[in-house]
Amino acid sequence: MVEFKKIVEVGRVVMITYGPDAGKLAVIVDIIDHARALIDGPTTNVARQAMSFKRLNLTAVKVANLPRGASSPVVAKRLADQKISEVFAKTTYAKKLAARAARANLTDFGRFKLMIAKKQRRNVINREFAKLKKQN
Amino acid sequence: MAHSPRNSFLKPGIARKSRSKTFGLHALYKKNKAAIAAAKPEAPKTITKTVGGAKNGNTRVVPAVKAPRFYPAEDAPVPKVNRKTVGTATLRKSITPGTVLIILAGRFRGKRVVFLKQLSSGLLLVTGPYKVNGVPLRRVNQAYVVATSTKIELPAVAENIDDAFFQKKAEKKDAERVAAQKDVDDKILAVVKKTPLLKAYLNAKFTLTKGQTVHNMKF
Repeated sequence: MVEFKKIVEVGRVVMITYGPDAGKLAVIVDIIDHARALIDGPTTNVARQAMSFKRLNLTAVKVANLPRGASSPVVAKRLADQKISEVFAKTTYAKKLAARAARANLTDFGRFKLMIAKKQRRNVINREFAKLKKQN
Repeated sequence: MAHSPRNSFLKPGIARKSRSKTFGLHALYKKNKAAIAAAKPEAPKTITKTVGGAKNGNTRVVPAVKAPRFYPAEDAPVPKVNRKTVGTATLRKSITPGTVLIILAGRFRGKRVVFLKQLSSGLLLVTGPYKVNGVPLRRVNQAYVVATSTKIELPAVAENIDDAFFQKKAEKKDAERVAAQKDVDDKILAVVKKTPLLKAYLNAKFTLTKGQTVHNMKF
């Protein structure tokens, strides 16, 4: 059986994907039922609120030593002490989000330069691939 | 004689032929052109009449057209004077000299060009440069361009080019245009070459690819 690595649990850092707080990080403080959790994001301007899991993406990051139902100041302290925003920035998911934002912010000239860069990469890869094909 | 409509709808609201095309189909050139009448000399407002009677001084100056004996009791409606005049278009903020524009309509649609200056008619003076992508010194309406955020540091060019430069005249102006184009091209190309890939960028046509939506894109 596949072992799940991202579990809904107290202290799990989540990314909000819908609504006014979309794109912000928060922490699960308590689990209300199978569909909702109490989340809090004192360092990212997310008010303490109940939110459906449908609107949350679980991340690989977890806040350690967070008691269930911890108050906002406690959550803020744990987030700051464990440098959660920095830890999150190193995850693949964060990098993917950053890349997506960078792509969306490209200007017309930027898109052209990207096209050229992709062409060059393709050229190198295809050449090597053809060499390997010949060998076998 | 009645005839069937010259234009039809492809879809409701989308005409098969453009406004200019249907105008052309009116075949106005077949109709007799009315000659413009020469201006008549203005009729005198007063007439000098001879009058009888020894004490009346023989002549009297009388208005040529008699004033009406009666005036309308109610004010007759007078059409309002239209004081509106067509002004030159204000240039969009995103368009400054040196801005790279994408032309959206006409035979150069999709071409990326360099904006030089706004002419007194309000049209934009642009150039490809001609050497790079074949777009000559040309006037475009700013409604038909997308302004990109790419700008080149424009040297002093095309200062003496105005709307008259583009007017069709009997005598050939080809030599003048070629010279002006060469002058502008040389100066702009010198600047363009400083930025890597910029020349190739100007040479490339703008296209939309899969998943690209114009309103979500930055230019």
